[in-house]
Amino acid sequence: MNRYCSGLFIILIALVAASCSRRSDDTSLPKATAFGVAIAASSGEKQTAQTGSLLPQPVVVQVNDEQGSGVAGALVLFSAAPGVAFDHSSGLTDSSGQVTVNVSLAGIAGRYQIVASTIDKSRRKMEVKVEEIALGYQQTLGRHLNDQYCDRCHNAESTVERVSNFDNLEIKPHPFTEGDTINKINDADLTAIISHGGPALNKSALMPAWGNTLSQSDIQALISYIRAISDPPSRSAGPVYAKD
Amino acid sequence: MKEKLTSLWRELFGDSVRAFGVVSLVFLASLAIAPAKNFFSEWRHYQHGYLKMVRNRSDANTLQRHFQGGIQQIWLPELGVVDRCTSCHVGVKEATLADVPNQPFRAHPVIPHKLDQFGCTVCHRGQGAATTLSEAHNSTLAWEQPILAAKYIESSCGECHRGTLPGTPQLNQGRNLLVRQGCVHCHMVKLPDGTTLKATDDPPSLSHIADKTTREWIFAWLKDPQAYSATSTMPNFKLSDEDAREMSAFLIANSTPLPEMTAPVPEKTTFDPAAGASLYGESFCASCHAVQNAAGNMVGGDVGPELTRVGTKVKPAWLQAWLKNPRAYDPGTAMPHYRFNEVQLATLSGFLQGKTDPDFLVNVHLDVATPVQIAHGKRLVSDYGCASCHEIAGIKKPENFAPELSRIGSKPVTQLVFLPGIQHTLPDYIATKIKQPRAFGQGLKMPQYAFTPAQIDSLTTALLSMNDRSQTLPPSLAVAATPESDYQPAGKAGKLMADLACFSCHRVNGHGGDMAPDLTWEGSSVQREWLVQFFKNPGTLRPSLIRRMPRFNLTDAEVNELSDYILTVYQSPAVDREAMPLSGYAQGQVELGRQLFYGKYACQGCHIVDTKTDKGYIGPTLTQVGSRLTAAWIYQWMKNPQSLRPGTAEPNRAMSDEDASALTAFLISQKGGAKQEVAKK
Repeated sequence: MNRYCSGLFIILIALVAASCSRRSDDTSLPKATAFGVAIAASSGEKQTAQTGSLLPQPVVVQVNDEQGSGVAGALVLFSAAPGVAFDHSSGLTDSSGQVTVNVSLAGIAGRYQIVASTIDKSRRKMEVKVEEIALGYQQTLGRHLNDQYCDRCHNAESTVERVSNFDNLEIKPHPFTEGDTINKINDADLTAIISHGGPALNKSALMPAWGNTLSQSDIQALISYIRAISDPPSRSAGPVYAKD
Repeated sequence: MKEKLTSLWRELFGDSVRAFGVVSLVFLASLAIAPAKNFFSEWRHYQHGYLKMVRNRSDANTLQRHFQGGIQQIWLPELGVVDRCTSCHVGVKEATLADVPNQPFRAHPVIPHKLDQFGCTVCHRGQGAATTLSEAHNSTLAWEQPILAAKYIESSCGECHRGTLPGTPQLNQGRNLLVRQGCVHCHMVKLPDGTTLKATDDPPSLSHIADKTTREWIFAWLKDPQAYSATSTMPNFKLSDEDAREMSAFLIANSTPLPEMTAPVPEKTTFDPAAGASLYGESFCASCHAVQNAAGNMVGGDVGPELTRVGTKVKPAWLQAWLKNPRAYDPGTAMPHYRFNEVQLATLSGFLQGKTDPDFLVNVHLDVATPVQIAHGKRLVSDYGCASCHEIAGIKKPENFAPELSRIGSKPVTQLVFLPGIQHTLPDYIATKIKQPRAFGQGLKMPQYAFTPAQIDSLTTALLSMNDRSQTLPPSLAVAATPESDYQPAGKAGKLMADLACFSCHRVNGHGGDMAPDLTWEGSSVQREWLVQFFKNPGTLRPSLIRRMPRFNLTDAEVNELSDYILTVYQSPAVDREAMPLSGYAQGQVELGRQLFYGKYACQGCHIVDTKTDKGYIGPTLTQVGSRLTAAWIYQWMKNPQSLRPGTAEPNRAMSDEDASALTAFLISQKGGAKQEVAKK
């Protein structure tokens, strides 16, 4: 009987120790000194990165008060599907009400939802979801080809290094993020437009034929990239890795 | 208790028949363990799960037909691969399973290799022969190679592919950093082909440093190079004030003056700051040098050093002499020898001298150093291995200063010392070592670099690719890199090109930079008149480019020398520049070409022929193309642009000979009449 007792006692101690260690994890969170009424993503949404690698820009979320200005000292927790890594998974907002986090996406290509949450005074949980895109090998190759051949016309944004040609074109090309249009074109038609130019589908001749410049696998890679970044997402772009 | 045991013994083994029966039962039970273990094995569990998942899919029949039960194995003796991963990853070859969210049933994403020919562990590492998840993916006592984290996966491409691949940006960047950040100055990296990785940065010689700058600046620079220039590749050695004082004293004392660099500055002429800024702009200094603007952004290229605070660093006499002829100070510099006149020299150096940071040296006060301090400084300079990167008179470049990294990607984990809190894997060790090298112990020499997290991941990827397999791979399986050629043009023109540092930006015959167009076939491409004018006054061909050819103020003789050389030597065997006339095309041809240009091929999307209507911004402006290019080049370019300039963005339109001829006629008629007349005046 005594032995049973001591056995039970040991198990009890182990349980208590385990729960204590869990609790000590919780207390390592910084303590919120203020509460907001809303949380919003401020920058870093819809970025693309290779599977497993860091997003080029950090994700910034902001906690706001009733007037819509930032609240300093609110606690924000980040979570995402397994495999997504944060440089810190929680943080207090700075003086402008923002928390910045660097995110590495998981090892499988697809879309990842990053959930940033905070609580208001009445402990009600508020959250904002930020979507990011992980590119596999084929899409990465597609992105490379896109930068080399397509981006100057199909992306209206200019940078210092690359001035966009979008505004110079009489008939505007579709940006690849324009899911509403691009998702309606099936792979065979996209291949035809890329290979034989716009006129292949009764579209503008300003889109030249690339079939003699790009290989079949190059064109497939380009399409897989276009599918990966379209917004709203293309059905064939694979599953969305949301948090369970 | 004892009584109970004896009675139990007697009950079981009391007589021989009973004992035989009991022992048989025990044997039978233990024999059953093996098949039971097999029956309950992990892979069988996954295979059941797979069949269950597949049953409800529309393509169930195909998938079931493809399914093979039992332990699966890919055996590739040449690569040393025995991979049983497909025992659990059953659907890895089924393209239709690409959207399965949960592993191990998801199809492998599209890659250019067949799984049957490469196996799994060649890329993913881990233990191929294992048949349980924990043994296959994690390291155990017997097997220490865990599966490779996805973020380093490109390192596996690098085991066989020795050159740049379009689909592996991270590996490419890492390899570039290895040579660009000077890692290989100290760490030897022997490549599998027997060559050694060569650094591409060019740390300046310190043998004449006193001509260039002051001891105070050297002190502040040694203490924190990134405080002077955030983009500097010089690492921080975390020196104490005393060490930095003594090292700076030694470097100044050790420096010998070069007469060219210390000539007294001509009477201080007043210069116009606006003229300085415009000369800086006209000379396209910003193509290579960056300056931090008011908003804190770097504006300019990264070939040469950042110039934000250059006035705090360099001595006026040195700066003028350097601008006059940089090769007098550093014969191998990437900086071109501009032929500035005295006024220009005073203007530009005055302008640069004005780029100061009064705070940078404000707290630096150094007493005159004693000989003992200087001697100690010398010891420190050689201890820290400064001469691995910099040429320093009197100090030999140390050999094997840091561990060789040729097989770092296969270093056994048991030989590594980890910091607390770091995962015990090789990639984590390498990444931490790059991130905070000094944290690993007192007195370590590796300095602190200012790498971004993405750069650390890239470097780790590149280092992991250098391993036992990459070194021992049969040459027939390796994909060699295109080696950088050591092409040097000959003769007088060759000397002139070296003096102007043409190959810092342009590439010829596989040698040179990639900032400006490849000039290998330039002689077939351009007309002499145009080339001569371009040297004298380089305009821009592409309106959207911010980097441009500078004006070097060449003499007529120099221009002729260069033009003659380029036109005779840099000829493509595919283009006979005299084969087609530059004028005299039938009006009908020209008109047909115009229709093709604007209609069928819609060239105006990227090019401008008529500045009133065309807006294309990607390709060169073609308003004067008829006075610039040869007709034969245009024709061949229409037929196949990539054959003349691999990688050009102009698509190959597979034109018929008729179309190409008509377009050539149209383009060669674009002589930019009005503008040319202005030029003639």
